[in-house]
Amino acid sequence: MNDMSQRPAPGQGRSLLPRPEQRERLRRKRALKDNVSRYGIGAAGIGVVFALGMIFVYLFSEVMPLFKSAQIATEQTYAAPGLEQGEALEHLTIDRYDTLGATFTDTGRITFFELEGGSVRSSFEMPRPEDATQTTFATGFATSRAFAYGYDNGEISLGQVEYAITYPDNLRHIEPELTFPLGEEPLTLDEAGRAIQVLGLQASDRGTYAAAELDDGTLAVTSFDRRENIMTGEVTVEQTTAELPGFEGSARQILIDNRFRHLYVSDEAGYIHHYDIGNLDSPDYRGAVRVTDSGYVSKMAMLNGTVSIIAGTSDGQVRQYFPVRDDRNRHDLTHIRDFARYDASITHIEPEYTRRGFLVGDELGNLGIHHATASADVFDAPKTDGPLSRIAISPVNAMALFADENQQLQVASVSNPHPGISFSSLWRKVWYEGSSEPRYVWQSTAGGDEFEPKMSLMPLTLGTLKAAFYAMLFATPLALMGAIYTAYFMSPKLRGKVKPTIEVMEALPTVILGFLAGLWLAPFVENRLPAVFSILILMPIAMLAFAYLWSRLPERLRLRVPDGWEAVLLVPTIILVGWACVSASPYVEILFFDGSMRQWLTDNGFSYDQRNALVVGIAMGFAVIPTIFSIAEDAVFNVPKHLTQGSLALGATRWQTVVGVVLPTASIGMFSAVMMGFGRAVGETMIVLMATGNSPVMNFNIFEGMRTLSANIAVELTETAVGSSHFRILFLAALVLLAMTFLVNTLAEIIRQRLRKRYGNL
Amino acid sequence: MKLWWKSGAPWVWLNAGAVAVSMVMVVGLIGLIAVRGLSHFYPSEIVEFQVGDPELGLGQMVMGEHVRSQTIPVPVARDAGITVPPELDDDDLVTRHLIKQGNRDVTGNDFAWYAELQMSEWQTPPDAMRLERREWGDFYGYPVRVLEEGEVVAEGEGLWEALQSRVERANTLFRELRRIERRDVGVISAEMEELRLRERALQRDPDIAPEALQDQLDQIQARQDVLQENFQTLRGEIDILRRELYRDTLVATVVGGQEVQIRIGDIVRAVQPNSLSLSAKVTEYAQQFWAFVSGEPREANTAGGIFPAIFGTVTMVLLMSMIVSPFGVLAAIYLREYARQGPLLKLIRISVYNLAGVPSIVYGVFGLGFFIYTLGGSIDQLFYSDRLPSPTFGSPALIWASLTLALLTLPVVIVSTEEGLARIPSSVRHGSLALGATKSETLWKVVVPLATPAMMTGMILAIARAAGEVAPLMLVGVVKLAPTLPVDATFPFIHLDRQIMHLGFHIYDVGFQSPNVEAARPLVYATALVLVLLIIVLNLTAISIRNRLRERYRAASD
Repeated sequence: MNDMSQRPAPGQGRSLLPRPEQRERLRRKRALKDNVSRYGIGAAGIGVVFALGMIFVYLFSEVMPLFKSAQIATEQTYAAPGLEQGEALEHLTIDRYDTLGATFTDTGRITFFELEGGSVRSSFEMPRPEDATQTTFATGFATSRAFAYGYDNGEISLGQVEYAITYPDNLRHIEPELTFPLGEEPLTLDEAGRAIQVLGLQASDRGTYAAAELDDGTLAVTSFDRRENIMTGEVTVEQTTAELPGFEGSARQILIDNRFRHLYVSDEAGYIHHYDIGNLDSPDYRGAVRVTDSGYVSKMAMLNGTVSIIAGTSDGQVRQYFPVRDDRNRHDLTHIRDFARYDASITHIEPEYTRRGFLVGDELGNLGIHHATASADVFDAPKTDGPLSRIAISPVNAMALFADENQQLQVASVSNPHPGISFSSLWRKVWYEGSSEPRYVWQSTAGGDEFEPKMSLMPLTLGTLKAAFYAMLFATPLALMGAIYTAYFMSPKLRGKVKPTIEVMEALPTVILGFLAGLWLAPFVENRLPAVFSILILMPIAMLAFAYLWSRLPERLRLRVPDGWEAVLLVPTIILVGWACVSASPYVEILFFDGSMRQWLTDNGFSYDQRNALVVGIAMGFAVIPTIFSIAEDAVFNVPKHLTQGSLALGATRWQTVVGVVLPTASIGMFSAVMMGFGRAVGETMIVLMATGNSPVMNFNIFEGMRTLSANIAVELTETAVGSSHFRILFLAALVLLAMTFLVNTLAEIIRQRLRKRYGNL
Repeated sequence: MKLWWKSGAPWVWLNAGAVAVSMVMVVGLIGLIAVRGLSHFYPSEIVEFQVGDPELGLGQMVMGEHVRSQTIPVPVARDAGITVPPELDDDDLVTRHLIKQGNRDVTGNDFAWYAELQMSEWQTPPDAMRLERREWGDFYGYPVRVLEEGEVVAEGEGLWEALQSRVERANTLFRELRRIERRDVGVISAEMEELRLRERALQRDPDIAPEALQDQLDQIQARQDVLQENFQTLRGEIDILRRELYRDTLVATVVGGQEVQIRIGDIVRAVQPNSLSLSAKVTEYAQQFWAFVSGEPREANTAGGIFPAIFGTVTMVLLMSMIVSPFGVLAAIYLREYARQGPLLKLIRISVYNLAGVPSIVYGVFGLGFFIYTLGGSIDQLFYSDRLPSPTFGSPALIWASLTLALLTLPVVIVSTEEGLARIPSSVRHGSLALGATKSETLWKVVVPLATPAMMTGMILAIARAAGEVAPLMLVGVVKLAPTLPVDATFPFIHLDRQIMHLGFHIYDVGFQSPNVEAARPLVYATALVLVLLIIVLNLTAISIRNRLRERYRAASD
């Protein structure tokens, strides 16, 4: 090292430079600082980019579980508890906390056992009439926990499972009980004492109904009305029986809905017969539907809500039916949809308690999980070698029990959190219960467990596009034309004023635009509807008229106003036309619309909401104008000057230059501006939230409102349960919005960069 | 004409028209907000007139403030329930006036339409007064006498002065009462809650020895007793104050002549606008405006001021800018100065820029899901498990609102800062490096100071955007009525876990969720005006800084 400072020149005293070791230290310190700064900034920068990327990842991770299919894993297998030699299993259930199971035998014994290990907790014998043999068994819908045994003397005994929950020592203890809501005594269905062949049962808070086919083929339905005397606590049961018109053949299974209006009987020939039992004085046979040509309905079950029935056939079909109302307000059982086909006869169908899902088992031991609304099918590996004879699912859909022919019981854990969501339930028409045809509906919540959620994203997407469409319809012409004028014709001084004004316009909070639209514009438009349309028509005409008159003015006067000030000259005209149209509006209404245009529209078949797409279009258009304007203005302004000057020099007029030279060059940039504007309109929340009624409709009527994806998120997200299907669908909506705007913006940005390069080359 | 048409001039004029229409709309909109917002504070005249059936003659007396008028065709008027005399055709027009008649406790509805056909001349009685009350909205009537504990103390001459001084006294007492209820009682209940949680934690602790436990519990009990005693003292004070507050009563007549008693403690302000001089009106105007900006909302936000909303907005935005500025600036420096330029960086840059165009509600969804449920939920599990199941950070809160908005405005800051850095001529950098400075020294001592105005612009734009954003906030931390401000005198002074009020959300809530839209309407305009002013000022500052900045670089690059 040839370091000068190591040899201070003699006689000059000490060097002013720091000593070598000091300099070395300084150098190290500086290098250290440099590195700290480099890595610190690097870490922060990458961290920020990462955090922004996290938004995608996180939203995606919240949405993913929606599309995970169901999983069932067998955990234990043991012999069905409580069954003795020669007894058959009639029914299986699980309690709400997934700790206890219950078996029901054909001899009337009900045994509760621990799911874990299968040890018996308690056992009950159903009280039965003397000298009678049990012939049949039936249950109400799972949530009612009601069941009944039918006997060969025309009597039935009816019971209900109850779980009493206590908390000794702060631990939950569940004590199963058997209760008899209609009394412990067997009830007589048939006074003549004919044997009950097939029994159907339904119980709800509206009452209890039982229907039976007797051994001579008679079909009868009985309602039990329980009355409790408030003073004495005495319970009396009132019984009404009606005989139903018969049909050819004999019944296999009888189902009744929990509003006690419909009764369905499946027969040996593949038909389901439908009865209207709404009025027991005159029950009505509503006809039969043929479920299969080659076999019979081997099993049928009602879904939650007891509107739909699922029919499984001996040739492996699984089909859904529910009554659909016709024009005369009468219900007909209608085929709705088919589920995936099984290879063998269906042995059991078990509905879920609170959803429209169900489990199906067949002769070969195959198991499937299906969902009606989503028309989704998931198959699992065969559970048993022989037929799957019984299935039980827990009320919270977390556990399942399977029984095979040899009375072996499998305990399985089920993971199926979002069965109701599939591509078809989100994007295709779905035939919902109670509607007369397949439709797109968004109705995510309503009271009660029996509600069928209707989560079609179509109305929301359409609403989003509708709002954006009307906004663009309003904003695009104004913004693009304004941009051309400002960039090309306007005097620089005026331009210096206009551009900041537009920037301020862009910064206006949308909540303010929304509130003005909702509170001021909407009532204004409603009261002055003709004004809106007359302004639309008259404004351009008035401008042209003014322009023509201006061109006729003596030159001396015209030259007083410099070029590029046309916009200012037009302002009085605009205000005048606006004012005239608004104040003439009542007279127009009287002259042409019998006093009220709104009423006139309604009379002519246009429904009119006060907060409608027109209002949204204007308000959101206002929000979008600056976005389009500033980008388009940039594109036009940056068209190289030599091009336009060349055109002008060749004798083209200013407008010819614009049309022939400027627009072709800048059109791509203007297109990207429109796309950016569209991106903004799609995601705008507050304006739509405040300026529409937020009803999810499926039309493009300008006088009706809409519900957009973004407004829907704002309205519903805070009110939904975390982790529910609804919650995740709202996340999906957010993800769709994110992806949509991100794509549109990226495209627009790439176009803009291309354009810049092109200008550079010109 | 044909020639004129051919020259393309009409198109030029139409394009000019588009600009003019846009300008008229912007100016008109801001003008509308300004006029409606500002006129709210003006002590407008109280009018009195008689209405009645045209056949039966005049009947009912009406008194109140004129809000607005409307001209409607006769059929519409008939639909609205106005009795239109038969001599009017369907082609005729009817004018009707909306009158704010107040007295919600007496008449039931404080706003009513009256058709002009059935109206007498409008009078402006000089002694008509308007009372702003803490409950039941405004009162319109004539003062009759003032009672002090049931005894008449002022009537006729000097009545107005007596009323004013007593209203003043009551307002002072009310403020005192509020202070005690809010601050002193708040401190005590906060400590009580603390003690309760400690007690619960102790009892759950399995490792603690029984004697130590008892000892600790005794200590807690002792402290609780002291607090309880303090609380009783305060209760006594409050009771005395309250009795004092409601000592005086005003007897007034409403327009029909019916006498009404109003407790002076319930009156916020008493005005006789018809007899005010111009200067008095201006003073009144200023006072009203100040009361609006500094007061607290009353009656489900349909009356009173918006101070908590302003305070909430400002706190949230400040917190947000504290988060966003270092990260945004560092990220921009990284992208511009350190990252390897290439296609990947180009992609990242475009993505970051485009995040500025992503709908704000998406950020709200992210904030709710990630910050509140995931992050906040974990914080509660880790640090506040003794308070569960009631969430501390696992629910919408100030900090999450600020973080969400920080994320939302991050692209704005990055874009603006990068632009500033890119504008700095490379000669400046090269000069610094040639003199032997390291990269970090060049950066921090030369480049960054030059780019500061750009960063400022970015910050201001970010603040302006954040101040006006509502949709994401609805999900992550803003409420219609927050019981407490996010900053107060109890430890830790800045309460990040509290929910806040926000100007933008206030507009949405008062305008659209309010039970009394008519009464709330002027307030919404006034709030909107405050918000618009705030944002316009911020934006104009940003624009002017940017313009000055351009000049500076022009000089630097010469």
